[in-house]
Amino acid sequence: MQTIISVSGLAKTYATGFQALKSVSLDIRRGEIFALLGPNGAGKTTLISIICGIVKASAGSVRVGGHDIVADYRAARSLIGLVPQELTTDAFESVWATVSFSRGLFGKRANPQYLEKVLRDLSLWDRRDSRILTLSGGMKRRLLIAKALSHEPQVLFLDEPTAGVDVSLRRDMWQLVRALQATGVTIILTTHYIDEAEEMADRIGVISKGELIVVEEKAELMRQLGRKQLTLHLQQPLPEVPPALAAHRLDLSRDGSELTYTYDTRGEGSGILALLEDLSAAGIAFRDLQTTQSSLEEIFVSLVKDGP
Amino acid sequence: MNLPAMRAIYLFEMARTRRTLLQSIVSPVISTSLYFVVFGAAIGSRIDEIDGVSYGAFIVPGLIMLSILTQSIANASFGIFFPRFTGTIYELLSAPLSYLEIAASYVGAAATKSIFLGLIILATAALFVPLRIEHPFWMLLFLLLTALSFSLLGFIIGIWADNFEKLQLVPMLIITPLTFLGGSFYSIGMLPPIWQTISLFNPVVYLVSGFRWSFHGVADVSVAVSLAMTLAFLAIFLAIVAWIFRTGYRLKS
Repeated sequence: MQTIISVSGLAKTYATGFQALKSVSLDIRRGEIFALLGPNGAGKTTLISIICGIVKASAGSVRVGGHDIVADYRAARSLIGLVPQELTTDAFESVWATVSFSRGLFGKRANPQYLEKVLRDLSLWDRRDSRILTLSGGMKRRLLIAKALSHEPQVLFLDEPTAGVDVSLRRDMWQLVRALQATGVTIILTTHYIDEAEEMADRIGVISKGELIVVEEKAELMRQLGRKQLTLHLQQPLPEVPPALAAHRLDLSRDGSELTYTYDTRGEGSGILALLEDLSAAGIAFRDLQTTQSSLEEIFVSLVKDGP
Repeated sequence: MNLPAMRAIYLFEMARTRRTLLQSIVSPVISTSLYFVVFGAAIGSRIDEIDGVSYGAFIVPGLIMLSILTQSIANASFGIFFPRFTGTIYELLSAPLSYLEIAASYVGAAATKSIFLGLIILATAALFVPLRIEHPFWMLLFLLLTALSFSLLGFIIGIWADNFEKLQLVPMLIITPLTFLGGSFYSIGMLPPIWQTISLFNPVVYLVSGFRWSFHGVADVSVAVSLAMTLAFLAIFLAIVAWIFRTGYRLKS
């Protein structure tokens, strides 16, 4: 797939001496939804702020659509739409005026039909003449997306798009992002909601302490790093794990009624068959079994904990 | 040049003036009218002509200059400070715009507003005193250069200020006193010699003097010096804005 954003050796040290990014390299593919995960202060916002032209890089380079963001900033920026984390709006402006202003800022000719479509898609058309200060938080969030889309960008950055919004609005937002992707827009979203990345992303990058720890297809990341657990519900409780089963490193529940076996999906074999044989040989019967897979959240926590 | 983007900023700023018509236009006109009532009618009627010009007419250029200086600074500083304060500056910084285009748009809008205001005050003054403009071209040139220069200063203040108090600091504590002491309401020739000398260190003297010359043909200092000083202001403020562009001072971290 074609690369639309290419980040190479990007570093940022603020005047305070804080090193927000340490030589980050990353390629974003055209048309994908890329989720950048990381805890607060990991460098997510700094990374997208540099790409969008808001923060100056200390080292490295970024190309958007083949255009260098410094040498050819006009061409690069005209491809990008940015939805910031904070609800920053001109409170006294009308919805229509602010969206028209955003389009004008990118040097685009007025196109009321297109802006009407954007506002209708975001359920803001009925509020086009309202002052922004009269809108609800969810509407303001949608308005920021409308502003970012007003100049028909090819790349949309969503910085924590669902921070502080209710569950229903989050679902709407996810639906909207998928609809945008269907129109060919590349979407990069930063989030610390793991379920958001799990729900939306094609690929996931995990950033911690200014370093990109991993970039992987979501499914592959879960396959590679995900652990599975097999839980056996025993017919008779055990006082302890029998020595004959020690090699399987089983966990016994407090009441002795459940044995849990953890295995790595990357391994050549799961070891389940050997376990079942050993259980049978030890005369341990079970009445039920179930398997569970580690969630992206568990993978994320483990990555960040083991990270730089 | 991204002219459509500059146009968008310019019109956005002008729209803000329309929304705040009372504060932007009506308020300065009322306060200027009060100056005429107090200085022109009440006090001015007891003052002889100055350099052959009635006192009421004499103070018109100074009053216009007072408004031009304060309004240029206020409009431009608020124009760029407000998006910084609300956080909407991200839109300007991420748009395909150069700093030069951003500054030119804000400064252009601020200068337009203050020139418009200056002309309204001129029209208001004509209701109180008989007016004649001896050098209309030079009057417009001084008006334009002063509005541009001090809109640039306003833009600089708007970038520098990190709170509303600082935004008011320079206009309230420096510009207004200098304007009052810069011969807006008197000729510096009326002062004792030592104060005349001290007044020459006040840069606003040169602005008021040149502007007054364009109206009445009389000046405290040479017109060429006034013009040179006005251009010097423009050059200094342009240089500071250029430095801000180069370094991204208070705009980009």
